[in-house]
Amino acid sequence: MSKDVVILGGGTGGTMVANHIARTMRNEVRSGEITITQITSSDKHIYQPSFLFVAINHARVQDYTRSQKSLLSTGVNLVVDTATKIDAASNTITLQSGKTVSYDILVIATGAYPDFSSVPGLAEAADNFYTPEGAEKLRDKLLSFEGGKIVITIDVPHKCPVAPMELVFMLDDLYRRKGIRDKVDLLYTYPIGRLHSLEPCANWAAPKFEELGINSEIFFNVESVDPDKKVVKTVEGSEVPFDILISIPAHRGAKVIQESGLGDEGGFIPTNRHLLKAEGHDNIYVLGDATNLPISKAGSTAHYEADVVAENIISELRGLPPSHYYDGKVFCFVEAGLDSATYITFSYDKPPAPVPDSEMIHWFKLAFNEMYWLSVRGML
Amino acid sequence: MSDLAQVDKTVDARGSYCPGPLMELIKTVKAASVGQVIEVLSSDQGSAKDIPEWVKKVGHELIYNEKAQDGDYWRIAVKKVK
Repeated sequence: MSKDVVILGGGTGGTMVANHIARTMRNEVRSGEITITQITSSDKHIYQPSFLFVAINHARVQDYTRSQKSLLSTGVNLVVDTATKIDAASNTITLQSGKTVSYDILVIATGAYPDFSSVPGLAEAADNFYTPEGAEKLRDKLLSFEGGKIVITIDVPHKCPVAPMELVFMLDDLYRRKGIRDKVDLLYTYPIGRLHSLEPCANWAAPKFEELGINSEIFFNVESVDPDKKVVKTVEGSEVPFDILISIPAHRGAKVIQESGLGDEGGFIPTNRHLLKAEGHDNIYVLGDATNLPISKAGSTAHYEADVVAENIISELRGLPPSHYYDGKVFCFVEAGLDSATYITFSYDKPPAPVPDSEMIHWFKLAFNEMYWLSVRGML
Repeated sequence: MSDLAQVDKTVDARGSYCPGPLMELIKTVKAASVGQVIEVLSSDQGSAKDIPEWVKKVGHELIYNEKAQDGDYWRIAVKKVK
């Protein structure tokens, strides 16, 4: 009788877990003692951090897209279908095709999605770089922009918390090179009382904003957008006009999580912060953007969590208790223009300390964009 | 002194640098109903200052803001009033 490990989700976290287990337990997989199945709604895998570069025409979506099958180790069964219901009581998943998949251990890595209906008027008025289509549409607007006001707004929760700040630095640089920076008013807004939730990051950015003439407004939580008048209003009472509104809307967990009763009001799964098991479910692990953990929703978070989840599943399959613990580690590159970057790393117990930005770190970021394909295969 | 009985939801944001306790609170307040009380647990001393600042700016009500007796963290409760 085989033990069935099912991984729901084909993004960074889910793919890393599948590959890690398949490579480590190749003999058990080969002998049929263990089956590893990944269920994902798309047969394509897109490297989402590329969207930032797509928006300024420094990358193309197709260059950062691979077939999901090509990323999986031998021994991982790929099912391209959409999960519609997880029944944790019977250990089964229902798929859109009508099939049912049963599991002994389930890994939920279903991600988070920008909810453009979260604020009235947002879907009609705002551009974004959090979807491939959005990034390409925004690219077209930004490249033909000859002057006016660009406003960046941020809602919570959202993926990749430094990306909005990176974009504003890149836009500053882009329009400087184009020779129209004096005609472009860049307004970066942020929900809380500083430029970024990470205080060291905010302190790193503040003098740069001043030096570059990037305007900012803090305590800025969007309440509504008027698409006709092109004005954004906040719960704090501010009203700001714009020519281009780049918005990072509040994200929600996957529909299947909400419809299976596993998530909180935002569709995120209450998760043990160290063992990464779904609260109340001993045979369900959760990682990446799908958790309700109070940490960054970012690829590196999923990466570090994937190591913990995979090792704990391997232990359990071999009759050992789970003994790996996630410490909240996150690592993010932070672009500071078109050819300079810094990085931050932090955990539950250790705050970040950005180093001065440099061209070398920027090139390391670009190198990682290519190395990602090794990383997601579990080789890095 | 906090009255735990009146709290509708507690957000445990201890160990959160990013997005951080205030961001977690904003997210939760948005999803809450008017009249509900949200309590945040934060290990970040800055929360004791920046959460009341946001609450005042938006016009919600600060119920309490105190250091927990049973640990090195803060308990801050906010009532959504509009």
